Order: sequence, then C-alpha cells, then structure tokens
Amino acid sequence: MERILELLRENARLSAGDIAMRIGSSEEDVAKRIAEMEKEGVILGYHAVTDREKIGTSGVTAFIEVRITPESGGGFDRFARRVSQYEQVRGCYLMSGSYDLAVVVEGKDLYDVARFVAEKLSTLDVVLSTATHFQLRTYKHDGFIINSAPSEGMLPVSP
Amino acid sequence: MSLPKKMNLEEKLSTQLAGVPRSGIRDFFELVIGRSDVISLGVGEPDKPTPWPIREAAIRSLEKGQTSYTSNLGLESLRIGISGYVEKHFFTTYDPKTEILVTVGVSEGLDLAFRAVLNPGDEVIFHQPCYVSYGPSITLAYGVPVPVNTRLEDNFALRASDVEKAITPKSKVLVLNFPTNPTGAIEPTEELEKIAALCVKHDLLCFTDEIYSELLYDGRQHKCIVEYPGMRERTVLLHGFSKAFAMTGWRLGYACAPPLLIAAMMKIHQYSMLCAPIMSQMAAIEALHLGEEAYEPMRQSYEERRNFVVKRLNEMGLQCFNPGGAFYVFPDVSATRMTGREFALKLLEEHCVAVVPGDAFGPSGNTCVRCCYATAPELLVKAMDAMEIFVKKYSA
Repeated sequence: MERILELLRENARLSAGDIAMRIGSSEEDVAKRIAEMEKEGVILGYHAVTDREKIGTSGVTAFIEVRITPESGGGFDRFARRVSQYEQVRGCYLMSGSYDLAVVVEGKDLYDVARFVAEKLSTLDVVLSTATHFQLRTYKHDGFIINSAPSEGMLPVSP
Repeated sequence: MSLPKKMNLEEKLSTQLAGVPRSGIRDFFELVIGRSDVISLGVGEPDKPTPWPIREAAIRSLEKGQTSYTSNLGLESLRIGISGYVEKHFFTTYDPKTEILVTVGVSEGLDLAFRAVLNPGDEVIFHQPCYVSYGPSITLAYGVPVPVNTRLEDNFALRASDVEKAITPKSKVLVLNFPTNPTGAIEPTEELEKIAALCVKHDLLCFTDEIYSELLYDGRQHKCIVEYPGMRERTVLLHGFSKAFAMTGWRLGYACAPPLLIAAMMKIHQYSMLCAPIMSQMAAIEALHLGEEAYEPMRQSYEERRNFVVKRLNEMGLQCFNPGGAFYVFPDVSATRMTGREFALKLLEEHCVAVVPGDAFGPSGNTCVRCCYATAPELLVKAMDAMEIFVKKYSA
C-alpha cells in the first residue's frame, strides 16, 4: 500500500506537511496526491474511531447473515447496493461460505434492528433467509484495542 | 548501661563506589517524574510494546510451566539461534557451545567483560558522549576510564587519530558503540578500519556494543569492527533484544567472544546472575525466529520520524546533523545561548517537554540535548511545535 495511505489509515489527522516531512517529499506533492486519492475514491472519508461503551449510547450493532437468490444479470450486486442505501446499514459485504451477504446494522435497540430485518430485509423477494447476531461487547475496533490498560511503568526519562 | 555506638554507614561504603558520580539522567528524572502533563522525548526505548508474537511466546512458556533455571550460558536453542543471527548480521561465526553467553541485557555483558579482563589501573578507552554506564562500569571494575571526545563537526563519529592519541602502555580495552546512544552517530568504514588496525597494532581488546545495529537508515548496511582482519580474536561482541525488538524490560542480551573470554565472563555470571530469566529467553527465541519481520516496520517508522524531527529542528534554528542510526537526535542548542542542561530545564518548565541534557552523556555533549524520536508521531509534532516557540523566544 502507498505509504501516504498507510500513514493516514493510522492517523487521518496528520497534515500534508507532517506526512511530507516523514516520507521526504514536499507538502504540495503530498496534498496533491491526497486530493487525487479523494477524487478517485481511494480515500472515501475520514472519521473518528470511538469507544461506544464510553460514549454511553444505548445503541446496538448486529451482524446479519443473509442468503439470497442471485438475480439474472445482476448477481448479488443489485440487492447488495439496494441494502447499502439504508442509513442503518453500516457495512455490507459479499461473503464466501454458507451465506452470501454480511450486513452490519446499527439500531437504537434490539427491536429497532429486529424491525429492520423483518420489515426491510426479509420482505425482499430474493432473500431466502437471515440470521441476526447481536454484538455484545467490543474488544477491538478498526485496529484499536478497547479498554487496553494504559502502559504502566514506562519511565519518562531513561538512559 | 550506655547505648551501643551508632554505626556510621557512610564509612562502611566501598571507596571505589565513592569515585562513581551520580547519573546526570537521574537528577533530571527526579524533576520530570512528579509531572503528569509532560511530553517526553527523554526515554531510551521504543514507544511501542514488544511485538505480540514475542509476548505470546513468553506467555506460552509460562503456561507450559517453564519457570526453572537454565544453563548458565543460556538455553542451548537460544544460543544456536543467536549464532545464526550473528552470522547473518555480522558475518562472523560463533560456536553456540563455547563462544556465546546469554546475559541480563548488554549492561551485564559489558560489566562481565570489564570484570573478566581488567586489573587495577588498566585503561579503557571509549568515545564520548556515550551511554551513561560505560565510565562507571569501568571504575567499578577497578579500571581507569579514558574518554575520547567525538565532535559535532564529525557528526560524532570517532576519529582513529583521537583514539591513537589516547593509547598508552596501560591501555587494555577499546569500547565502541555505533550507532551511538545519545548521538545516533555511525562510524564511517574508513575510520573503523583504521581503528581496527590500531587495536591489532597496540594489542587492545575491543568491546563493541551493537545494541542499535539493526536501526540504520537511508539504506545503510551495518559494518562491525569484528569483521576486520585480526579482530575476531580480540573482540567481545555485545548485543541484545532491547532496542530493535522493543524488549527493554525483558533484560536480555548476549556476548559473543573467543572461548577463553566467554569462560572468564561466565565464571562471574554463574556466581552472580546465575542465568538470564527463562521467560525472557523463550521470548528471545521467538524474536530471533521472526527476525527482520519483527523490527523492520518499527525501523521504517523511526526513519520517518527522524526525517521529521531533523527537518523541524534545523528549520527552527538548532544545528542538528542527520544521524544514521539508533533513535536519537542530538541537536546543539547554542543558538539559544543556553547550555544543554539550561535548555532542558527551561523547556520542561515552560512547555512541559522533556529532553535529556547532553552533559548526562559526558561533558563534551554539554551544548546539546538528546531527543528520542521513538515517540508517538502526534506527540513529536506537539513537542516540535513547542520547541519552535521556545527556540524563537530565546534566540531572538
């Protein structure tokens, strides 16, 4: 992967100047390359990675396994793109194995998600079955370990 | 009945110890330790914990109940691993059975080496600024420390001619440490070759502390003095896992040397340390197994951080050469009309950024400070921003 991308994936708040100094390039060149990648859709966006338990919202996340009948001409794409349009859907992936799509849904509570599955997903013709798994606790999210003990004992000054 | 006379403990202390100064880092540490808001560029270790597979290997060994002593020399499988690693990196072969000793960090290895060879009055030449323990370890082994100053104008490389001037009939050992803590200096091969020739000519032993040898930048290849003709027989190659593998707290190092020297060092080691902790040794086996895969991502990241820090320091008006290795920069702060110590104290006071006064590593570093860039990049940015304001204020 391009080094600029690796650095931004680690910390999206690095400025073009910071990155330029690290990779030995000019600020203008880095800014130009980032703009290009944004335009090309290589970089889709930037967001804060948060610990939802700490935020204290009562929302829930579910991973839903969906089995569907592929449509002639569109295969899985048409359905997947359609499902992706829902705001509650945070992720949608075509999978290998015993089901076809993994759909990540966020809702206010269990019933909210259940309603989405019952009313929006299952009612679509091509859906053969769904299995909903609620996420109980997060240990690692987007590469960040949650609630990891702060590293204790490192001296502020050492030889 | 009269009370028994109170013991004067000071009188009981070793007079040899009295000749050892307090660490200059220690003083500064006391100032920093009480504060919670400090951005520290004052550490001598990586900011990241040991890579997980290495930690896991230690956990697995504990689960298996591997909690015993090991051979005094260290686990044979580890010594075999070390032999292979050293052959690959230093192009020199050592017999795992008789020429490798696993120690509690390079610090123990160096101490053993001094104690194994020094008689009272023997002189040990080493380059300064240097790691804080060299001088004191020599004194504690009843040797005479003979520091040779390296210079800012040479990017703190060691001149063979300066070494030659320091050699006397009492000289017994030359200590080298390249890349160097605290300067990040590397030694040009032309000079290293001349220094090797001096060791041979004057029949000196050479103790080379290779702890930063993996952390080289700009595509450099490491060259160790042991590779030069006539050097293997007189060299103790000291290395360990602390820096490249981010394993400082495991306290694990090793010494490679001819059998006679290893046997002498081993004699002290077996009566003092006995052996290095087995869990650290098990972790080290995994570290060697991973090799470059474990440290290359860290090395690459340090190189980028170095580029950033060197550029910022020079832009703000502090003279700072681009060091070829380790994870330190050693800028000269003379532009602020302060000594390194004054600079460090004031910077801590005004901006809560900790750097280490250069004089902690020997008097020749007194116009400099040591900044460790193995610190989280976002903190480096903050630290450099603060230093820029600080330098502007005092160099105006």
